[in-house]
Amino acid sequence: MSDEANWEDAGAVKRFMFVNRKAPHGTIYALEALEVVLISAAFDQDVSLAFLDDGVHQLRQGQDAKALGMKNFAPTFRALDDYDIDKLYVEAESLAQRGLSAEELIVPVQVVDRERMSALMAEQDVVMSF
Amino acid sequence: MAIQVNGTTIPTDEEGYIEDLNLWSPEVAELMAQEDGQELTEQHWEVINFLREYYDEYQIAPAVRVLTKQIGKRLGPEKGNSKYLYELFPYGPAKQACRYAGLPKPTGCV
Repeated sequence: MSDEANWEDAGAVKRFMFVNRKAPHGTIYALEALEVVLISAAFDQDVSLAFLDDGVHQLRQGQDAKALGMKNFAPTFRALDDYDIDKLYVEAESLAQRGLSAEELIVPVQVVDRERMSALMAEQDVVMSF
Repeated sequence: MAIQVNGTTIPTDEEGYIEDLNLWSPEVAELMAQEDGQELTEQHWEVINFLREYYDEYQIAPAVRVLTKQIGKRLGPEKGNSKYLYELFPYGPAKQACRYAGLPKPTGCV
């Protein structure tokens, strides 16, 4: 990025939630969402990520996207901590429906039930769904 | 666009970032620096090598804020600050060092 501008005075901090609902490699949505997340972090906003439906697959360990000709970007989720993004919510029902557990994911997450997820979304200023 | 290193043609994008990370060699960095009228010292290489390791681990080129913080952690606080990094890479530490390291332009960089 270019010179670090002084954003402190540029306006109030908003609460952004990026909602990931799609499997990682079949479409460009997951990778694009991650790019937007990284960009938003540069603007010192309050950022959280939510993973629902097939979006939970994005966080699975041991992905190999070579045969698809796609980049395996799952390791990038482990860099989010460097960007001070540490609120990653995964919907319990979506995990359970796919036979997954939090231990199989590439980063530590907070597993929340559907009701709690809905409440978290209601608290946001901006919710973007990918 | 492209650069020539040891008789091999390496394609680059319009801003001079190489397109295939696997074609990188230290000579690529040396040549890019030479074209910018700069000589690479051990201090430059510390940053370039850090960026390559970071990309290898996380699959992204870090933003300048993250770069600065991580350099401070790994190489010491006297190096983890904008002044030090801008002296080494006057075109912007993330942008210029990533280019020399053969990485894409950092995400969020305009």
